[in-house]
Amino acid sequence: GKNEYDLLVIGGGSGGLACAKEAAQFGRKVAVLDYVEPSPQGTKWGLGGTCVNVGCIPKKLMHQAALLGSALKDAQHYGWNIAQPVHHTWSVMAQAVQNYVKSLNWGHRVQLQDKKVKYFNMKGSFSDPHTICGLTKAGKETVVTAENIVIATGGRPKYPTHIAGALEYGITSDDLFWLKESPGKTSLVYHPFILHLYGIIVYISLTDASPDVSLECAGFLTGLGLDTTVMMRSIPLRGFDQVSTQMASLVTEHMESYGTKFLKKCFPTKVEKLESNRLQVTWKNTDLGTEETDSFNTVMWAVGRAPDTETLNLETVGVKTNSETGKIIVDASEATSVPHIYAVGDITEGRPELTPTAIAAGKLLARRLFGESSELMDYDNVPTTVFTPLEYGCVGLSEEAAVQCYGSDNIEVYHAYYKPLEFTVAERDATQCYMKMVCLREREQRILGLHFIGPNAGEVIQGFALGIKCGATYPQLMKTIGIHPTCAEEITKLHITKRSGLDATVTGC
Amino acid sequence: QEAAKYEKKVMVLDFVMPTPLGNSWGLGGTCVNVGCIPKKLMHQAALLGQALQDSRKYGWQFTEEVKHNWMTMTESVQNYIGSLNWGYRVSLREKNVTYENAYGEFVGPHTVKATNKRGVEKLYTAERFLIATGERPRYLGIPGDKEYCISSDDLFSLPYCPGKTLVVGASYVALECAGFLAGLGLDVTVMVRSILLRGFDQDIANKIGEYMEEHGIKFIREFVPIKVEQIEEGTPGRLKVTAKSTTGNQITEGEYNTVLVAIGRDACTRKIGLDKVGVKINEKTGKIPVNDEEQTNVPYIYAVGDILQDKLELTPVAIQAARLLVQRLYGGATSKCDYVNVPTTVFTPLEYGACGYSEEAAVQKFGEENIEVYHSHFWPLEWTVPSRDNNKCYAKIICNIQDNERVIGFHVLGPNAGEITQGFAAAMRCGLTKEQLDSTIGIHPVCAEVCT
Repeated sequence: GKNEYDLLVIGGGSGGLACAKEAAQFGRKVAVLDYVEPSPQGTKWGLGGTCVNVGCIPKKLMHQAALLGSALKDAQHYGWNIAQPVHHTWSVMAQAVQNYVKSLNWGHRVQLQDKKVKYFNMKGSFSDPHTICGLTKAGKETVVTAENIVIATGGRPKYPTHIAGALEYGITSDDLFWLKESPGKTSLVYHPFILHLYGIIVYISLTDASPDVSLECAGFLTGLGLDTTVMMRSIPLRGFDQVSTQMASLVTEHMESYGTKFLKKCFPTKVEKLESNRLQVTWKNTDLGTEETDSFNTVMWAVGRAPDTETLNLETVGVKTNSETGKIIVDASEATSVPHIYAVGDITEGRPELTPTAIAAGKLLARRLFGESSELMDYDNVPTTVFTPLEYGCVGLSEEAAVQCYGSDNIEVYHAYYKPLEFTVAERDATQCYMKMVCLREREQRILGLHFIGPNAGEVIQGFALGIKCGATYPQLMKTIGIHPTCAEEITKLHITKRSGLDATVTGC
Repeated sequence: QEAAKYEKKVMVLDFVMPTPLGNSWGLGGTCVNVGCIPKKLMHQAALLGQALQDSRKYGWQFTEEVKHNWMTMTESVQNYIGSLNWGYRVSLREKNVTYENAYGEFVGPHTVKATNKRGVEKLYTAERFLIATGERPRYLGIPGDKEYCISSDDLFSLPYCPGKTLVVGASYVALECAGFLAGLGLDVTVMVRSILLRGFDQDIANKIGEYMEEHGIKFIREFVPIKVEQIEEGTPGRLKVTAKSTTGNQITEGEYNTVLVAIGRDACTRKIGLDKVGVKINEKTGKIPVNDEEQTNVPYIYAVGDILQDKLELTPVAIQAARLLVQRLYGGATSKCDYVNVPTTVFTPLEYGACGYSEEAAVQKFGEENIEVYHSHFWPLEWTVPSRDNNKCYAKIICNIQDNERVIGFHVLGPNAGEITQGFAAAMRCGLTKEQLDSTIGIHPVCAEVCT
């Protein structure tokens, strides 16, 4: 029989909604299924996906709250008389952030309505390649059929379930942004907050850069005045040597001087609840070979995200997933192994876990399906930013990747340590404010990658990402006149190479 | 400094004629002492005032009343500038560049007379000369202007809070100063003769003015001051300003603690003996015309910076032009300074970054039917929580339809406009087209992504 919908999207997040709305523009009959399985701690949220509810948006707002804490300190140097003490109330911030997120949920629902996209608050699973069985919270079943199906269910935080007490007592980013009360205390009594990082460092990577949730969260929690510790088992995988972990270490160095505590080369073995309701964490210190314990208000796991495919019933229809990651395998046109079934966003194998790429991929997919376009998504040179207290923005190849790809003799790395003008009067430490540009060494000197640590890193990098997409070369960048005084202008003045060994500190005006 | 790299024997003469009120400063020029640097720092102070307000919405708690102390800020700013002055002197010394704090003027071919503060004169000869004397603020030419008004030359080191201020002018200097003074909590009025930000995209100029007005800055439009009188002496004192309408016979009066004149700048070229060596200047503007290699009509005399005719008055342009000039003279290079697509930023309360054509200029050059303007308002994520304006930030891209929709104008109005614009300027240099813009992924969530 005929399918009810031209397009059914499972997952109302960045990719799914973008795809659905674009398809509706072509006058197609579109439906979206969105459902949020509550976290183990019981947290749930509305339409919009990870980015809106438990990702980019609340993260950036809380990061901003923390930055404003620094601004309060700076302000005194600039002549503002603020009576001490200044303190932060989590619940005021949380409510403001949560209210804003809810307005976005609402906004998305209105948009879908305006664009005549049918919305089902149901959990979908495949019955056959064109049929989805949707289940509401109350257990009611609805069957929906569609000509084309796009899977965009994203991912959820992993739990280190082999650690006793991890599931019962720990939270993840899914819960952090929805906490009504502070996860820690700022009193003189020792009430620290622990963040655990297990075997992964996610700062920079090759073309599929992903924001490092754990460091960003630890960063803003520290900035809000909470006693925060980050525990990590090891330094980054993939055998990166010191040179390529350079950006990562600058970022964490800054966090250390900012007040975040780090427990390196440690991994937890169990989490227990104490009578006081605090949590006792036991861990092994692999460096010293000792076992240690301490108690905390909150334990947050940030051990990676798992694709949300378990309840989709992919096996029934034969959609292939990567055996290691569990993510759905797609080709350059976002098609899965089954005709008429596609996938976009965090759920797809080998793609960056970023909102803008999901949105772009979703839109282009809709245009190819219904708009007679043939444009494929370009995943190269996707810029990203990690919103740690000192932000890190980048686009293109890391130094290490460039070396691997072209050989160190064939690349030139220009770099500089600089001091943002605004830090001077504020007497802020700019030790980790740094930038580097990786270029090909031969004639043209095409720019392969740009890395920037400093305030407003995202704003700085965005335009240069465009330049790189246009094939920008080092000489072209040098001919670009700087805007004065900004941090970004230092990029147009990069001239000291790593190879020269000369001091790369920018001096004077 | 660049010439010294080529082991040339180099001398720099720098001298600051005191302002009418007696103010002077050290080595470094306008940018360092009375321009970009102190301006941006005071702008930052004002932004921090706004940040304080925002922070309450983000959960930060502190006393309701927060006051700004002008002296604390000015002292810090001046200390920093002092360190830059010092830094330059050290740098010149290290590079073996002879520096004299003396007023230089040509007295004959290849010869300059240098007069120091004490009136001691010395003569110097050189193979080549570079004139880079910049400009100073223009005064109104009305009774009381030099006696009672201050300019940007005085503002950044003012040893007392300016209080209720009248800013005369609509240049970026006027608006930036008015902006930060208001942001620090002062009562500010701007008196404008005709339009805001002449030469800039007027659509955006008006938005900037609107924003400033909505945030407490008063504007008196189409009036010019005709006299300034002192009511009471003091630091600050009280001044009475009488102004006349440009469109009729209305007279208006107002009382202020400080009157800041920011109506333009004049090139320092009239009293440096250019006639003695035959260097032609534009008699009306005082600016020096040069060829595309910064050479004046006298082959061994060059000029860079704000004094050049038809060139942009910007620090980075001056630096770039000077460096390339020296590289051509002594390093065998051939690169000329590219004055096209020079990005700028106006650091008004709502910052404005621009590169390339304004909408008017694009229409004039290419014809309205040949350009496409893409635009969007945006609401910075950080403004949501404190409920700040949701329809003020704005981005506009102008494309040339006939040239593959090449981006010929970029304009952004919003926080950190300078940081955003820099990269786009680089991209425009690489021939950015609308298609490439569309296919570039945005960084989320930042303001700049609205442009992709």
